[in-house]
Amino acid sequence: MQTEEMRLDGNAVGGALRDLFAADVTGARVTCMGCGKIGPLGTLLQYGHTMGIVLRCPVCDMALLRIVREPGSLHVDMSGLSFMTIPDVR
Amino acid sequence: MSELASSTAGGGNAIVPARLEWRVATVVDVHDETRHARTIVLDAPDWPGHRAGQHVDVRLVAEDGYQAQRSYSIASPPEESSISLTVERLDDGEVSSYLCDVLRPGDGLELRGPIGGYFVWSVAVGGPLFLIGGGSGIVPLMAMLRHHARADEGIRARIPVHLLYSARTWDDVIYRDELTGMANQRGVGITFTLTRESPPGWHGFHRRIDPAMLQETGWAPADEPLAFVCGPTPLVESVASMFVELGHEPARVRTERFGPTG
Repeated sequence: MQTEEMRLDGNAVGGALRDLFAADVTGARVTCMGCGKIGPLGTLLQYGHTMGIVLRCPVCDMALLRIVREPGSLHVDMSGLSFMTIPDVR
Repeated sequence: MSELASSTAGGGNAIVPARLEWRVATVVDVHDETRHARTIVLDAPDWPGHRAGQHVDVRLVAEDGYQAQRSYSIASPPEESSISLTVERLDDGEVSSYLCDVLRPGDGLELRGPIGGYFVWSVAVGGPLFLIGGGSGIVPLMAMLRHHARADEGIRARIPVHLLYSARTWDDVIYRDELTGMANQRGVGITFTLTRESPPGWHGFHRRIDPAMLQETGWAPADEPLAFVCGPTPLVESVASMFVELGHEPARVRTERFGPTG
């Protein structure tokens, strides 16, 4: 079920994304493969899933980043994310 | 913070050596802010410091290995060595009820952080700073207000700040005494709006946030305020839309949605 109440944003998964990236990426600028929208990863929409993380474009709903964890591995689909600029933080 | 969703069962293997490590912090104090919100003050060894607006992930592990994980915003300013989290107790919330009802000074709490590079503010970023919070969405905004209050007078004079805080009732206002005290400081404005009940003699706003309220309490687009909006998803999304409709630059409005997972 994807209700408004369940809709969060990329800020919420900043910690989990540190399993993938060496730096905090919530402030990274990402470009949507679907519509070309450019914005901070923190503004992407995240729907509550116990299985993993799906970050969607707030404009066109394209899934930019999908992560599913299972014991022993992490599955990552970034096919909806065409470009990413990570700020050089401290 | 009210809890941002992310719950995992079972552990994960380290994929990247640079991953954020879990550490055990020690509870040094707990105190109730309202009937539903409690502040937990933590001493985290080797804490690298944080920026106002950041959060931590908290992990509880049961004896059978079951794990529950939530995110909580940091309420304390970067200037303090301890970390304060303010947790809203949610009915049937497995993590929030433990944090609010069971955790005592001296207990350990597993956390990782600080997390966040978008919904963060420091005096170096500048202003005018317009903070809009709903419910427990006040928590990261409080870190920003406290950070601002610790800056020297010249900086505070240069960066005016206004908080618009929407709560259900006067008794649901978190940090009420501290906020009303801040309202007397030069360059700081604090406005409450109560959406359900207001106390006798209440002269403040008594409705949900609307464009007129934003115009009355904030700045015009020409002043280029930087807005931070945090609270339940419907509030955040409606306020962000109002800002843009009022003519503010979308990039000057930063948002963080809080969810009701317990």
